[in-house]
Amino acid sequence: MTAFTAKVAAARAAAGLSRRTRAGGGTTLPGKLLLRMAPDAIERMTARLADGSVVISATNGKTTTAKMLAALLEPERRLCRNTAGANLESGVASALLHCDGADLGVFEVDEAALPGVAARLRPRATVLGNLFRDQLDRYGELEAIAARWHRMTAALPAGSQLVRNGDDPLVASLENQGETLTFGIDDEGAALAEMPHASDSKWCPACGTRLRYERVYLGHMGDWSCPGCGRRRPRLDVWADTLDPLGLDGTRFVLRTPAGDADVELPMPGLYNVYNALAAAAAACAVGGVDVARMARGLERFDAAFGRFERLRVGDRDAVLLLAKNPAGANELIRTLATDSRPKQLLVALNDRIADGRDISWIWDVDFELLAGHTQGVVTAGTRAAEMAMRLKYGGVGGERLEVAGSIDVGLDRALEGGEGPVYLLATYTAMLELRAVLERRGVVRPYWEAA
Amino acid sequence: MTDLRVCHLYPEHLNIYADRGNIAVLRSRCEWRGIDFAAVGCGPGDPLPEADLYYVGGGQDRDQLLIEDDLVGRAGGLRAAIADGAWMLAVCGGYQMLGHYYRGHQGDEIRGTGLVDLVTEAGPTRMIGNISIDCELRPGEPMTVVGFENHAGRTRLGEGVRPLGRVLHGHGNNGRDGGEGVHTGRIVGTYIHGPLLPKNPALADHLIGAALERRHGTVALEPLDDRLEGMAHDVAIAIAAS
Repeated sequence: MTAFTAKVAAARAAAGLSRRTRAGGGTTLPGKLLLRMAPDAIERMTARLADGSVVISATNGKTTTAKMLAALLEPERRLCRNTAGANLESGVASALLHCDGADLGVFEVDEAALPGVAARLRPRATVLGNLFRDQLDRYGELEAIAARWHRMTAALPAGSQLVRNGDDPLVASLENQGETLTFGIDDEGAALAEMPHASDSKWCPACGTRLRYERVYLGHMGDWSCPGCGRRRPRLDVWADTLDPLGLDGTRFVLRTPAGDADVELPMPGLYNVYNALAAAAAACAVGGVDVARMARGLERFDAAFGRFERLRVGDRDAVLLLAKNPAGANELIRTLATDSRPKQLLVALNDRIADGRDISWIWDVDFELLAGHTQGVVTAGTRAAEMAMRLKYGGVGGERLEVAGSIDVGLDRALEGGEGPVYLLATYTAMLELRAVLERRGVVRPYWEAA
Repeated sequence: MTDLRVCHLYPEHLNIYADRGNIAVLRSRCEWRGIDFAAVGCGPGDPLPEADLYYVGGGQDRDQLLIEDDLVGRAGGLRAAIADGAWMLAVCGGYQMLGHYYRGHQGDEIRGTGLVDLVTEAGPTRMIGNISIDCELRPGEPMTVVGFENHAGRTRLGEGVRPLGRVLHGHGNNGRDGGEGVHTGRIVGTYIHGPLLPKNPALADHLIGAALERRHGTVALEPLDDRLEGMAHDVAIAIAAS
C-alpha cells in the first residue's frame, strides 16, 4: 500500500463512520480529512478519470443542472458525482473517494469556490449558468465573482471547453481560448412585459451603459445588447423555442442543438428549469456521444433534484417541496405558483443561518404580492418566522389566515391541517434540510445523501 | 386630505438591500391610516421632484459610481428642499454619499453631496452582521433600532455631528467609537438595512409624522396592529445579541 492509498483508505473509513453514526452523509468530512493529509489529492484522483470531468456552476440551478446532465449521460457512462450541495473542494474530494470504476466526473461547484476547484480538476468542460445576487454577506459582491470567473475562463487551456449562458450578460461575456458553446432561449411568447426589479445586471459588464433588452425571460436574462459598446448576446449554439408552459406540471419546448432538434416535455415547471435543461443539453453536446433523442428522453424522465418541485405524499395529503435560496430563485417559484390560480395552502420557512445568508433583506425583493388573494392559509416557520409573516402581511398575502409557528415541525403540521389540495412547502436551504429531517423521521423521504 | 409625498432617489441604481421594502412600509403605514401616499422615483437627469421625504438606498460600488456626478449635482436642490422642511433618509451607500467622500482601498474617491459633515474610508475587512442600536430621535422618546449591516467603509462624523444612535451589538459607523449613523436636523443616515423600516415601526412612524409636518403640521398617527412587527423586532434584537 502506498502512502497515498493509505490516506484514501483512512478517509473512506471516516465516511463510513460518519454515515453509520448519523452524523451526516459523510459528504464533506472525508474530503476535508483527505485534503489535510494529502493536499494534492484532487489532482491525483482526477487523473484516474479516463474522460476527465465537467464542472457546473451558477448561483442558481447548479444541483438541478448536474442532476439533469447525469440523466443524459447515465447509464452509458459511469459518472463520479458529488451530491447534496457538497460543492466545495472538500465535497469534490469526498466524491472522488468513492469513484472507483467511473470514467467521467460531473461536479457542481460553489460559485466562489469554482476557480480554486477548477485549477485542481482541470475540467474538460466548464458549464456556467448564471450569476444572481446571492447571500451578499457571505461572499461580497456579485461583480467580484464575475471578475474571478473572467480570470478563470481566460486561463482555461485550449483543449478545455466553455459552456455558457448567452442570456446572462455577466456569463455571456466570459471567454476562453478553446471551443465555446452558448445556450439560451429564443422565444417571443416566453418574454416578460418588463424587467423585474430584483434584476441584478442591468448595466453592460464592459462599459457600464444600461443594457437594452429585445426580450427579458427571467431576472436579467434575455436577448440583450449594449447601446454603448455594441456588445450583444452571442449567437446561440443550443437553444429552446416554441415554449409551452404546462402549469405546475412542466414546460414543453423544442430543443435545438448542433446535433439536431427534438420536442421535449420537461416535467418541472418554470423557465429557470428550461435554462437548467439547456445547460445540461449543451454540456452533453460538449461531452459528445449523446444524440438529441437521447437528450429529450433523459430530460422527460427527469426526477426533481432535492427540494425543486419535489412531490411527496404526507399522510393523506400531497405536498410539494420548493427550495428558495435567493430573490431570483424565489421570484421564479412565486411566478410559477401564480400561473396556477387555485388558492393554495402554504408553509414558508425562513432561516437566517450562514448557508441561508444571515441577511434576510432579500425577502423584500421577492414578489410575494403575486400570491395575494391566491392562498387558503399561510403558516410561517424558521428562525425568522415572524419577519416572514410580516413581509407577507405587507404584501397583502394571507390576511386573517396568516400564522406564525414556533418550529418547522409544528409549522408543517399546521399547514397540513388547514385548507385542501396540495400543500406547498417553501423553505430556505437550512430550513429545507430541517423540513426534510422532519419528513424523514415520518418516513416520507429518504436521507438527503441517498437522494441526490 | 392628508398626504405624504416621497421621492425615491435612484431606485434603479441604489437598491441592493431591498430598499423597496422601506418604501412599501411607508406606503402601507400611511394608507392603513387613511393618509394618501405617493412615491416617485428620480433617476439620473430627472428633475428633482418636490417631496416631504427623500429616500436614498445603497448600491454596489459600480452603481454608486454611475450616479456620482448626478447626485453631487443635486446637492443644492436637496439642501434647499430640506431647508424648506423636507426630511431625508439615507441607507448604507446612500448614507456614505451624504458626506464629503468615500475613499476606496486604492485611494480612489467617490464624491458625496456634503449635506452632512462626514467622511468614509474603506477598511481592510467588511463589517457584516446583525446590529442593534439605541437612539432618541425626539428627546424623551428612546427606541431600539435593529437590522443588518454590511459595509467596508468606516465613517467618521465631523466635530459636533451626532450619530443616530449608540451601538448595542454590531459595528456601527467604524467599529471604534460606538456611534451608528447620523441624525442632524432633518437628515437621518444609517448603515442599518434589513430593510430598515419594516421591523422598526416606531422609526417608520416617527419619519412619517415628521415628514407630514412640512405641509400638514402635527398629525396624530393612529396606532396600528403591530403584533407581527413587534415579534420580528424582538426576534431580531435577540439574534443580534446572540
